[in-house]
Amino acid sequence: MSNISFNKFYRKFNILSLVLIVISLVFLIFKGLNYGVDFKGGTLIELRTTDKTNNISLIRDSFNQMNLGDVSVKKFGNETDYIVKFEKQNSNDPEFIKNIQNKLSSSIGDVDFRRVENVGPKVSSELLKSGIIAITLSLAAMLLYIWIRFEWQFSLGAILAIFHDVIITLGIFSIFSLEINLSIVAAVLTIVGYSMNDTVVIFDRVRENLRKYSDIKIFELTNISINETLSRTIITSVTTLLALFSIYLFGGEILKGFSLAMILGVIFGTYSSIYIANPILVALNVSQRTIVKEEKD
Amino acid sequence: MLYFSKLRIISVIVFTVIFSYFAFSNFVKFDDKFFSKNINLGLDLQGGSYLLLEIDNRPVITQKVQAKIIELKRYFKEKKITLKNFSLKGDTILFETTDNEIENVKNILNDKESDVNTYYPTYKSHEFDVLEDGNLFSLNYSRYGLVLLKNSSLDQAIEIVRRRVDEVGTNEPNILKRGNDRILVELPGLDDPNRIKSLLGKTANLTFQFISQNNEESFGTEKLSFEDGSRDAIVSKRIILSGDNLVDAKPTMNSQTNETVVSFSLDRVGAKKFGKATSTGVGKQLAIVLDGKIISAPSVREPIIGGSGQISGDFTFQSATDLALLLRSGALPAPLNIIEERTVGPDLGQDSIDAGILSLFIGFLLVILFMIYKYRAFGLIANLALVSNLFLLIGILTLFEATLTLPGIAGIILTVGMAVDANVLIFERIKEETKNEKNPIIAFDAGYTKSRTTILDANITTLIAAFILFFMGSGPVKGFSVTLGVGILTTLFSVYFIARLLTSLYVVKNKDKEQLL
Repeated sequence: MSNISFNKFYRKFNILSLVLIVISLVFLIFKGLNYGVDFKGGTLIELRTTDKTNNISLIRDSFNQMNLGDVSVKKFGNETDYIVKFEKQNSNDPEFIKNIQNKLSSSIGDVDFRRVENVGPKVSSELLKSGIIAITLSLAAMLLYIWIRFEWQFSLGAILAIFHDVIITLGIFSIFSLEINLSIVAAVLTIVGYSMNDTVVIFDRVRENLRKYSDIKIFELTNISINETLSRTIITSVTTLLALFSIYLFGGEILKGFSLAMILGVIFGTYSSIYIANPILVALNVSQRTIVKEEKD
Repeated sequence: MLYFSKLRIISVIVFTVIFSYFAFSNFVKFDDKFFSKNINLGLDLQGGSYLLLEIDNRPVITQKVQAKIIELKRYFKEKKITLKNFSLKGDTILFETTDNEIENVKNILNDKESDVNTYYPTYKSHEFDVLEDGNLFSLNYSRYGLVLLKNSSLDQAIEIVRRRVDEVGTNEPNILKRGNDRILVELPGLDDPNRIKSLLGKTANLTFQFISQNNEESFGTEKLSFEDGSRDAIVSKRIILSGDNLVDAKPTMNSQTNETVVSFSLDRVGAKKFGKATSTGVGKQLAIVLDGKIISAPSVREPIIGGSGQISGDFTFQSATDLALLLRSGALPAPLNIIEERTVGPDLGQDSIDAGILSLFIGFLLVILFMIYKYRAFGLIANLALVSNLFLLIGILTLFEATLTLPGIAGIILTVGMAVDANVLIFERIKEETKNEKNPIIAFDAGYTKSRTTILDANITTLIAAFILFFMGSGPVKGFSVTLGVGILTTLFSVYFIARLLTSLYVVKNKDKEQLL
């Protein structure tokens, strides 16, 4: 078993986390998130050109001539593949997409529309709402579960750790203007589950040790518990990350954002269950009496 | 914990074999239907279109309100009660009555047996809410009246959408109600959704109306433009015949003019109406109006009494076929708007499947190698559990014919990564226990027992996330929550039955060895 003094660095890492959270919040508030068509409405087209001499600016020019509002064009995997996003979404004209394809073919040669997503303003605001509700609900459900299973000090620690992970993950998405779409919501929910999972494993051990050692203070006890569960923490993180990196590298362009969010979440989730959840137990002065009192009730 | 009865061993094996079999049935063809099940591929994997349509009920409401005014007029006239100054303000009906009739009119409209304002006992509400101010009455659709109206127009619309989609002949379309004004249409394997989109985008309200010579028609007139936008014409509001009376329509070739036309036949009532109108209107121009646009306006040369006719109007064979299809399937009660569309081409779908399988394979391999490196013999046991876990997961998805999406594949890969967690927790615990306990059987037993609550806690949290995602998510994301959720259940089975069985066999056989784990 390892014997690393994690608890020596509680304060330093807490300051680091606070800084990261503040930076993330500043970006989230002032820069905001880069919502994809799912949440902003508009049209997304993944297209493949037959003519390799085409480039981004040529394609952007062709789209700009069509009066579609703000147009963004990005390379997508292959050198002939592009993702085009624009504001306009026309629900009353069933020929809308067909007309774009015809105009495009005449200006840059044959194009194949591999994927089209067209989301109206009403639907996108509903999707955003249900995404926020889903994340809130899952946080509430986790809180409830851990509240039933543990003492309140533990619940608070676990929930703050989850908030930490979600805020920083979203903050990184904001800083690098990475797109937020439906699959990112799924990723965030899974992060919530994973981070909770990781914290619960350590907390279970803390509680067990509180019963086992009657004379060790919580500051030391959390350190023992972290060390006892450390190899499990590392092995599970490694296998999960192996799977996620495999999706990120080989799973195709569509899953890139999703797997990136998950990778960040797993890294921060592992970190926070050690350096956020445990210092909170220390700060809240959890002692042998905390669990004895609960058990007497 | 380490003891297994024979019966239990057999059931674990049988269970695993059955589901592995279903997992394999995806790749092998069997004749028998029950034994050859396949996972449904989501639209993002097999290609196809997802369309969310919203019905625009405003014209229906206006229409119903106008009809209500006529009904009210007729009803109160029969009762010899004077109503006057009927007017429409938005969708509110306004009228006045004489002072001594106020109570009378109020009672009729608010009566639970009312003939003109239907009462719905289940909702404890009338069709219309009635407000009065002195002798001025105003009638407005009540909340439930509106709900019922929307529901019935949605039911009609779904029926028409289904007919149109069926006529185009895509394989296994999925048409579902969403809320009280939306229709979800899923068209798997459809390469080009443009045709269906333009078919669903048309109300297909067909009417035959005479072109007016003078402006003094008793029914009033309206100005309509021709389909090609070339000119306008003043048309009588009197509807000779509508699409409701059509029993069949098909594209044909007119042998005289050599152009493509749509020929139609009428039901008996329609034939009679049409015959009567055309015999009095010889020489007049009859406008054929589709969704407020004139397709063509041929002159009536002779009475048409046979109950069939032709619509001409610069059709290509394709457009004539589409018009015939629209006329056969009937008119939508209200226009439909496509408020969400997601289309994936079949080759992108195949690319996604290939990428998904490749990343699953690589992720799986990496995890397996890592586990063997970390735990040797027990790594092998954990890996066997992992392999059977994968078979169980795919087997269950197959048996229940769940829909596999690209995020769903990601969920499977993630399950592979996270599934070893439970075995890792157990193995690590056993290592700790072995320090104080020399008897390996007792140490292993303690390792299983003491890690159990932690494993349950840890898995329940992920299960909660999967559950919420399942109920809140849509489409592909839902597929992710299904594989993630089912993955947790199969993980627990593979850990507590398969891995534990193998562990117990191994430990009992090698109990005299030093340091098993």
